[in-house]
Amino acid sequence: MLHKRRDWVPWLYMAPALLILGVYLVYPIVGTVYYSFFDKRSEHFVGWANYKWALTSKVMHIAFRNNILWLIFFTVFVVGFGLVLAVLADRVRYESPLKSIIFLPMAISFVGAGVIWKFVYAYRPKGAPQIGLLNAIITALGGEPVGWLVNRHVNNFALIVVGIWVWTGFCMVVLSAAYKGIPRELLEAARVDGATEWQTFRYVTLPLMVPTIAVVTTTMVINVLKVFDIVYVMTNGDFGTEVLANRMYKEMFNFRNYGRASAIAVILLLAIIPVMLINIRRFQEEEALR
Amino acid sequence: MIRRVETTLAQVPLHLILVGMALAWFIPTLGLLISSFRTQDAVLSSGWWTVFRNPFLAGQFTLENYRAVLEAQGMGRAFVNSIIITVPATFLPILVAALAAYAFAWMDFPMRRTLFVIVVGLLVVPLQMTLIPILRLYNRTHLAGTFPGIWLAHTGYGLPLAVYLLRNFFAEIPRDLFESAFLDGASRWTAFTHILLPLSVPALASLAIFQFIWVWNDLLVALVYLGGTEKVAPLTVRLSSLVNSLGQNWHLLTAAAFISMALPLVIFFSLQRYFVRGILAGSVKG
Repeated sequence: MLHKRRDWVPWLYMAPALLILGVYLVYPIVGTVYYSFFDKRSEHFVGWANYKWALTSKVMHIAFRNNILWLIFFTVFVVGFGLVLAVLADRVRYESPLKSIIFLPMAISFVGAGVIWKFVYAYRPKGAPQIGLLNAIITALGGEPVGWLVNRHVNNFALIVVGIWVWTGFCMVVLSAAYKGIPRELLEAARVDGATEWQTFRYVTLPLMVPTIAVVTTTMVINVLKVFDIVYVMTNGDFGTEVLANRMYKEMFNFRNYGRASAIAVILLLAIIPVMLINIRRFQEEEALR
Repeated sequence: MIRRVETTLAQVPLHLILVGMALAWFIPTLGLLISSFRTQDAVLSSGWWTVFRNPFLAGQFTLENYRAVLEAQGMGRAFVNSIIITVPATFLPILVAALAAYAFAWMDFPMRRTLFVIVVGLLVVPLQMTLIPILRLYNRTHLAGTFPGIWLAHTGYGLPLAVYLLRNFFAEIPRDLFESAFLDGASRWTAFTHILLPLSVPALASLAIFQFIWVWNDLLVALVYLGGTEKVAPLTVRLSSLVNSLGQNWHLLTAAAFISMALPLVIFFSLQRYFVRGILAGSVKG
């Protein structure tokens, strides 16, 4: 390292960042954990009561169930579509415009995406002209219009589709970079040896892409645990669509129960801690190689 | 010749999948855009796709929806608020992070490594963990509902990622460049402003675009610290409250949504390479 003498100078450069990180991240983390053991106004210690509520109440069960639905369906489809697009788009001449179209929703806010899809899902009673694209297609094919956002059998999936629409482009771009990094000779060699396209993909491409798929999947899992905006804008958690982050927001602003809201936040953090530890370990391995 | 026909035929499913996905991804946004230019009667009585039956029919398109949401529905004010919020909330964290990243990459001090591991850990902390204590702090210090309050909050939330990325980028810069500068008598500050920052323009640009889009599209932070008052609410907050108040007025909602998307789309199309890089780099953010 350079300039060993004046030891206090580095702290001048570090000071603004340390101050802000301390105030906006470290202090609140401690504070939220602390509040999670107190009542709604943080006046009386209540022990584990907020956590007991979080794990046993009906509303929280719905939120947990929906987060799990999101976790499974969102993650499988974004990573799956991303992989399909990464591998297939490489074979066509319109690869670049195709990727732009799929990536485009990443530029749009979740609120904007929510409005776009609320319009796609718009519902009119049978007989009235359908102005929502999806119900127009269904009625044109002779079906009954569906209340996509209010029908409890489909509404969670209708919301998950919006998430998939936004994030597939991200997965596609990351996985595409990994796919293009695979030496072409490897794929050619497999084909020359008589492997079908599927076998080449299954036994050559896929194993080589596993590390990237793992990284993309963890990123998506972190995203999905915190999903908030889409649900807030499209249903506000009504009709059985609530997720943890929305429940926390309601506890905080609608019911002014800071104890319960804090407990939900801590549960989110606990779910993310394994990822945090993996990140730290990966960082330390990279540093060891420097 | 026959072989070529065969391979083309074999490719039909491939093109069907890809073109099908492209259409599925594009059509929802197209519907929004077209509807935002149609009259109220037209939007409420027929699907937006019916315009293709008669695309050049004069008088079926109008700018009235945009005028209405910009003025009467407060989207104009919200657009200005979004700019006021986003510009400082983009540059402030990058500036603070660049200083710290310089120290992390090129200076020696006790606990350097431990502090950086903490930064890596903070990357994925969910925002939700910070809302209540900060809101209380803001209520006590009267920063709630103010622009400086949200600038600082976004600076805090953007810092771990910015420090992490910039430190990794700075550390890759060849050591000789610094050594020769110091031999010539340059101070650490001169090395920072004259060597490090100019060499880091691509990294800074990607990071700035990521942070800009993140802040511009943020709903939760603005909702919690600014609230819904029209004087300070950004586009996302305003749009989400219009979704409730305008209900089925799709001619207005579509125009309002498009206004909120316009600037990110311009950035996306004009700076696509940096945009994609920035989004990729920022993906680990909590």
